[in-house]
Formats: sequence, structure tokens, C-alpha cells
Amino acid sequence: MKRKRIVKDILSHALLIALSIVWLIPIVWVVAQSFNEEQGAYFPYFFPKKWSFCNYISLWTDNTQFMFGRWYLNTLIVAVFCCIISTFFVLSVSFVLSRMRFKARKPLMNVALVLGMFPGFMSMIAVYYILKGIGITQSLFALILVYSGSAGLSYYIAKGFFDTIPKAIDEAAYIDGATKFQVFTRITMPLSKPIVIYTVLTSFTAPWLDYIFASVIMGDKYERYTVSIGLWTMVQQEYVQTWFTRFTAGAVCVSIPIALLFIVTQKYYVEGLSGAVKG
Amino acid sequence: MSKGKKDSTGVNPKPKGRLKRIGEMFVKGDIWTKLSFFVLGLSNIVRGQILKGLMFLSMEIGFIFYMVIVGVSGIAQCKTLGKIAQKQVWDESEGIYRVMTFDNSMIILLLGVVSVFLIACFIFVWQAGVKAAYNAQELKENGKKLPSALEDIKAHLDSKLHRTLLFLPSIGILLFNILPIIFMIMIAFTNFDKDHQPPGSLFHWVGISNFKTMLNSGSMLGKSFWPILIWTIVWAIFATFLNYIFGMLLAMLINRKTTRCKGLWRTIFVLTIAIPQFVSLLVINNMLQRTGIINVLLQNWGWIKEPLPFLTDTTWARVTVIIVNCWVGVPYTMLITTGILQNIPAEYYEAAKVDGANAFTIFVKITLPYMLFVTTPYLITQFIGNINNFNVIYFLTGGLPASLDYYQSGTTDLLVTWLYKLTTTSFDYSYASVIGILVFVISGTLSLITYRRTGSYKNEEGFQ
Repeated sequence: MKRKRIVKDILSHALLIALSIVWLIPIVWVVAQSFNEEQGAYFPYFFPKKWSFCNYISLWTDNTQFMFGRWYLNTLIVAVFCCIISTFFVLSVSFVLSRMRFKARKPLMNVALVLGMFPGFMSMIAVYYILKGIGITQSLFALILVYSGSAGLSYYIAKGFFDTIPKAIDEAAYIDGATKFQVFTRITMPLSKPIVIYTVLTSFTAPWLDYIFASVIMGDKYERYTVSIGLWTMVQQEYVQTWFTRFTAGAVCVSIPIALLFIVTQKYYVEGLSGAVKG
Repeated sequence: MSKGKKDSTGVNPKPKGRLKRIGEMFVKGDIWTKLSFFVLGLSNIVRGQILKGLMFLSMEIGFIFYMVIVGVSGIAQCKTLGKIAQKQVWDESEGIYRVMTFDNSMIILLLGVVSVFLIACFIFVWQAGVKAAYNAQELKENGKKLPSALEDIKAHLDSKLHRTLLFLPSIGILLFNILPIIFMIMIAFTNFDKDHQPPGSLFHWVGISNFKTMLNSGSMLGKSFWPILIWTIVWAIFATFLNYIFGMLLAMLINRKTTRCKGLWRTIFVLTIAIPQFVSLLVINNMLQRTGIINVLLQNWGWIKEPLPFLTDTTWARVTVIIVNCWVGVPYTMLITTGILQNIPAEYYEAAKVDGANAFTIFVKITLPYMLFVTTPYLITQFIGNINNFNVIYFLTGGLPASLDYYQSGTTDLLVTWLYKLTTTSFDYSYASVIGILVFVISGTLSLITYRRTGSYKNEEGFQ
């Protein structure tokens, strides 16, 4: 019996190691390539023969064709604003739909449900013309508006979380004379740390990950690109031979902050999804 | 606002009742209230609620101003979507041809939609204005004090907090979601394609002929649509269920009592979610090329003679996409299911073991049913998410390998990536909109059937 268990343990650990290797190969490879001194897109060996920092240096300093530093800053600006606005929108809508009862509540939720079923970027052309109508295409401001504008629609997860906070807590506060706004800011928010962090995190990373709207709105305006379009451009056929190793360096520069942020807040991510405050 | 307004948030949501109530207000109203039906806010201004009254008034003035300047003509032109396209006109004074712009169907249609929208919004504001006017009169007649501007603001932080909090988010959704979607639905009924690009050439209403072309399996578009639809559904089924099962198995493997370093294993897999998809997928795309590192290594080791056609052969590419999607999605499912797995009562397992069930039976008879029960809504959203999974396809294969039988599409393209290509590379906006609507119909039916059955929808209040 004991022997059988040891065999099982060894097998499952071996499986985990094998899977980890499969999952890590692309990541290790990118990091390795980013230190490759040679130029090119396809190498006949896994690890580079000569290691150096030249890709990183030229990525950030060589602005003749691509301006990575600028793009990085653009994305950061968009992400910060988008994060603030979206978080506010999502939490407001979720709180209202979870905690307040008014006539239009059910209809509003049904409308949101229906809207969510349209492919997100089906309307990108219309969005483009609306922005053009306001006169702000090809600007970071437009991008912020597009990313955070309809954030209120993604209230499901946060609402589900708020639903798990017992209403008795709110009622106690009302008896003590609190207004609804006070309940929102002083009671619900502090109790909802996981979901607040989850929302901040997802709305901060959205601009780093989105390609579609950024590419449609920015068109050929190189200096306003965000990192995702920039990096995508680098691996297109006409650039891939000369830019691939610098692309990998860029990929590392983008991934590290996002990955760190994600891993640090992982706990809240899971708690946010499953609802942490139990009555 | 005031207590008298309570009836507006009470029962009686029927439009007939609403109209009737407005009629009653007109009959019972004094001269100022009656005038307020035409000049919004008048009753409030006269009775001392100056700020509130001015707000209504300014909204009315703004609306009328907009309608006179652009709104009315915009709606009128929507009937034809413009008559005179851009053309070159001989300029006598300078002796050259000048490009003159006349109508632009795109702008006309957009203005039309915006105007209809504003009219709807104004009707709403007008109703509120009339009610406010009558309320002010009623309060005054009953000898009560009218709420001051400050009190109104306070109410908006308390009993009317939902209006305050929803105001900005709804404007965002209106502008960047509802308005564009309605606009694109309109486009589906026009011939706005690559041959009709305003201002050079205008587009017009064509009724449902785009839908007919798309669904007719004999036409060029239909020949692409049906195979792509089938592939989209096959893809969504595999992508959803493989990820789900493997993610759950991985979570169980890590959760085993005797597995060491649970945190380490989890972090390794979570690392792959944490890396932006466009990075990892573009990298994997490079690794899977004919001359990419995987083919090279396999050849160096002597395992294969010819490079494997991971992304160049249709069947290979489709399988590759599904497998790589597991690489992307399994860790995510693992993360989600870990917590739920721990919630399964341990007694179930003990009882099963006493009865002599093996690991497979336990999984099929206990774990899977329990998980399916808890995660059905998650599975539905995942399934719809996969139908709309732009990233994996676009960054991994770009829809390639190309096919001559398909219109503007490769054989791994999903409906959504096809939609994207039709909009950005071939400018067939009308067909793209048709696809968008069809995708909506598919995911809408799916979720209606399943989502409405789940307890969380039916019995939302019953949770606590």
C-alpha cells in the first residue's frame, strides 16, 4: 500500500515537472533570445551563442524606426487613466445594481446582458467615426475614452462580490444615520478589498493587452502607438529579420511589470472571483 | 428632490399609464405648470427652485439648437443617405479641377442615429421636467417648503444615489457601446462595402440583401461563411472543454495531499497567464514556423526529416491552434477551479473509497458533476468568449493558412477575425456588420437557453 503511494507520488511529480517544462519553454526562450547578440528571427539553436544587453540598449535608444520608450510611456499613461476611470465606473455600477432597488434596475441589467453579446469590436468603425466627429482620433485621450467608456458594462464579477456582503451591515449603518453614499465609501469599499484590487488590476492591464482598438484609432501615427501595436509591427514580415531579437527584449520589458503585478495580487484575483466575505 | 416625487419611482411602469399621468398633470396644473410643458423648468424657476429650473431650461434650449442646426436635416437625409458624391469641379478663377465634397453617407447616417438618440433622451428629460414642474406646484399648494438646491444635491448622495453613480458610466456606455452598435446594425442594411466608400461614392439602403448573400451557401460570401461558422463552433467546443477538463485535472494534481511545493507549481503555471497574450502568442508563432526553433530542434535530433507544417497546413494549423490555446487557458482554469475543488466535501470521497471506487470513477461520478453544477455559468461565458476569441487566432496564425475558396479569410479564421479583416483590410463594412449581428444571434440564443435556467438569474435575491 505504501509502495503504491510512493510510486504515485513520483509519477505525479514527474508529470508536474514535464508540464512545467512545456509551459516554461516559450518564456525561457524569449528571455534567452532577448540577450542574443546576433540579429535574425530564426536560429538553429535554443540558447544564443553570444549573450549581451545590446537588444535592450538599442530598443530603448534607437528611435529611427520604432520608438519603444515613447510607446511604453504612452501605454503607461493610458493605463493609469483608464485604471482610475474604469475602476470608478465598475464599482459604482456594481454597487448600485447590487445594493439599491429602483424601477429601471432589471431593465438596465437586461440591456447590459444583451449588449455584452455583441462582439466587442464590431462597432470599432462607428467608434472611430464618433471620435473623428469629436475631433480626437489618433490621440491617447481617445484611447482612454474608448477603454474606460463602456467599462460600466463589466460589472458582473464585482456585483456578484457585493451580493455576498450581508445587507445587515448596511442596515446597521443606516440606523446609525449614514447616507447611502457613506455606506458605499465607508463600508462596502473597505470590505471589498479583493474586488477593488481585482478591478484595478484588470483595468490597468487592459490597455497593455489590447491590440484592436489601439490599431484602429492610431492608424499610422507611430509616436502615439501603444506597446502592443508596436511589438506586433516589429514581427511583421518586413521587419522581423532585423527586429526580432529586439522584439523579444521589448516583450520582456512589457511582461515583467504585468507579470509581477499579477503574481503579487493573484490572491485577490482568485478571491475576487469566488467572493471572499462570507456572511 | 421632494417626497411628492415618490410616485415616479413606484409602480405603474406602463407607457399608457405614464401618458395618462402626464395628461392629468396638464389638466390639474396652474398656468406656470402648463407653460412648463413648453418651456421646461419655468414652474420651478417661478417657485424658487432657480438652479433646477435653469438646468431643465438649458437642456431644452440646447436640444432645440442642435435640432435646428443639424438634427432635422440629418434625419431627413437619412432617407437617401446623400445624393451628390464628391467630384471634381472646374475652378474658373484658378484654371484647375478642385475636389468638391458634397454629401457623405457615413456622416449623414451617424448624424441621423445621434439625432434619434438625442430625441429619445430629450423625451426622457422632458418627462422629468414636467413632473418636476407639477411637483413644485403641488408642494407649494400644500404649503410645504420646496427643497433647496443644496437639499437636492444631498438627496442625490442618499436616496437618489443610484442616479448619481450611474450617470457617468451610462453616458460612457451610451457613447461607446450602444450608439456604435446601433450604427453598425444600420450599416448591415446598406451597401457600405469597398465599392461604396464615401465621400468618393455614396452608399444606400439595400434592405436584407446582405443577410441573404451571407447565408446563401452558393454565393462567394456564403461559401466562406458556413465553413467558418462550423470551424468557429468546433473550435469553441474544443477550446472550452479541453481547457476546462485539463485545467481541473491540473488543479487536482497540484492539490493532492502529498504533492510538495504546491505554491511553486501554481506560480509556474500562473506565470503564463501573467504574460500578455500578444507576447506569448507572437513568440509561439515564431517558434512554430517552418524554420522556427521547434522544427529546427526536432530535425537536429533526427526525429523528423521534413519540417512539420504547424501553421501552413489547414488541419495541422487548426489542431495547433487548439493545443496552443490549452497552453494559454489551462493555467487560468486551474486558478479558478482550485478554490472550488477544495469546497467539495471530503466525506464524498471517503465514502467512495470505502465502496472501492477507483480514481477514474471518483472523478466522473463525484468531482465532475459537482464542478459542472457550480461552474455552468462560467462555462457558458467561456464558450461565448471562445466564439469571440480574437487574440489566439489573430496573433498565432493570423487566420492563415490562406484559402482561395474563402473570401478574405484563411482557414483558421473565426467569425470575429474574419469580421476584423473585412473591416480593416477589405473595407466591407456592411458584411462585417452582418457577421457581427449573426455572432450576436448565436451567442444570444446560447446564453438565453442556458443562462436563464441557472439559479443565479432566477433567484438573485435568494442568495442571502
